[in-house]
Amino acid sequence: MSTYFESYLTVGAFVALGAVLVLVMLGVAAVLRPSKPKMTKAEIYECGVDPVGTGWSQTYVRYFVFGLLFLIFDVEAVFVFPWAIAAEELGMFGLIAIILFTLTLVEGLVYAAKKGVLQWE
Amino acid sequence: MTGVEWLALGIKVLGAFGLLLLATLLNVWVERKVLADMQNRLGPMRAGPFGVLQTVADGLKLFFKESIMPRKAEVGMYLLAPFLAVVPAFLIFVNIPWGGSFHIGETEVVLQGADLDIGLLFILAMSSIAVYAVVLAGWSSGSKYPLLGGVRATAQAISYEAAIGLSLVSVVLFTATQGDGGTLSLYEIVQRQSGTWADVHPIVGWVPRWNIIPQIAAFVIFLTAAVAETNRAPFDLVEAEQELVGGFHTEYSGMRFAMFFLAEYVNIFSMSALTATLFLGGWLGPTWEGTLPAFISGALPTVWFLIKTYAIFFIFIWIRATLPRLRYDQLMSLGWKRLIPGALGWLVLSGLVLAFRQFGAPWG
Repeated sequence: MSTYFESYLTVGAFVALGAVLVLVMLGVAAVLRPSKPKMTKAEIYECGVDPVGTGWSQTYVRYFVFGLLFLIFDVEAVFVFPWAIAAEELGMFGLIAIILFTLTLVEGLVYAAKKGVLQWE
Repeated sequence: MTGVEWLALGIKVLGAFGLLLLATLLNVWVERKVLADMQNRLGPMRAGPFGVLQTVADGLKLFFKESIMPRKAEVGMYLLAPFLAVVPAFLIFVNIPWGGSFHIGETEVVLQGADLDIGLLFILAMSSIAVYAVVLAGWSSGSKYPLLGGVRATAQAISYEAAIGLSLVSVVLFTATQGDGGTLSLYEIVQRQSGTWADVHPIVGWVPRWNIIPQIAAFVIFLTAAVAETNRAPFDLVEAEQELVGGFHTEYSGMRFAMFFLAEYVNIFSMSALTATLFLGGWLGPTWEGTLPAFISGALPTVWFLIKTYAIFFIFIWIRATLPRLRYDQLMSLGWKRLIPGALGWLVLSGLVLAFRQFGAPWG
């Protein structure tokens, strides 16, 4: 077997061990713990008083905008990492290209800031 | 694979796993003790000498607690979330080299779970998956406060994840110029931090060649973002008690809650270990091979690794004891207006400086 698959075998073993650990701990707890279900216990917790309304609540739309912004910079990281590894071979051309690319994205961030998207009110 | 190779694999996997669990058990106690000391209290004292068994006692208690599932919960996701929290937390550590190498017969055993070529990217991916646990736990509880906690957690985690990723690019770039071509393998990154700065100037001949010195800005940005990524104070808005009851795990009780707790502390340890590996030279350190008995100099790299990791872990606790919690708008503006532009600026600056050193001035 190549070392490539061997290292991923270790990763697989880690996934299995982690899952087994959780299973064993939850399993042991399931045997040991008391179980006296009651309707009031299954109510959701709202500091002790009876819950009001449904379990859903409206969330601020701004979270979504931050999600979109995050997408831009995460995708940028995907492009920049390969450049960082091969920076020497790509030379000056690669550096200038990546600086232009970065500036384009920064412009997007500045635009978002100017639009007031980053302001949390 | 031969028997020895299987043995080596077993040592790697069980060693890393055992180290992680043991460290987690200890870390909860360490944190409580250090916090107590900083606040002029005694901290846990009853269970075991100096309360060192406190975590074990707390864990045992949780085994005997009833696990209540809310009536409106989405059962599948609700039960899956603890797994999603714990498994990626362990997987971050699988990449980190936690000691030198030794030989069993002919086979070389490197004390590292797996030396993946994509090491650093794998770690970033795993810390992204860990976010899902928080979101799904909050959403599937079918309750208001966990939902709000979960949504908050997503926005916070993705904001600071971008900062983490961008600050690491300049480290990778710097590492690429330190040896033969670029690499993402953490073993290789540690190797390239060996030696001292003697070639720069004899005065700094005793200073180790750690990445923290040339990449100090990346270190500061990474550490700040790592504190936010692990939802630690002052960035613990995810579980701000005063506003959100308990955050995303409000509706989890008993052992299921303990799983989130475990994942949190495993994450903190892994992040400290990652910081030590990337910026403080990981397991590198004097081993005095030949002078000391072989088994001591063989174990010393692990000791250096743990000392550096706990130094970072101490900073995590120190920050928690010192700073009050941020407001949500402050948190977001710190992430988007300071850390991300800072990381980008630092990347461009590093790129320019390294390019001048490698290729000379473009007008020359």
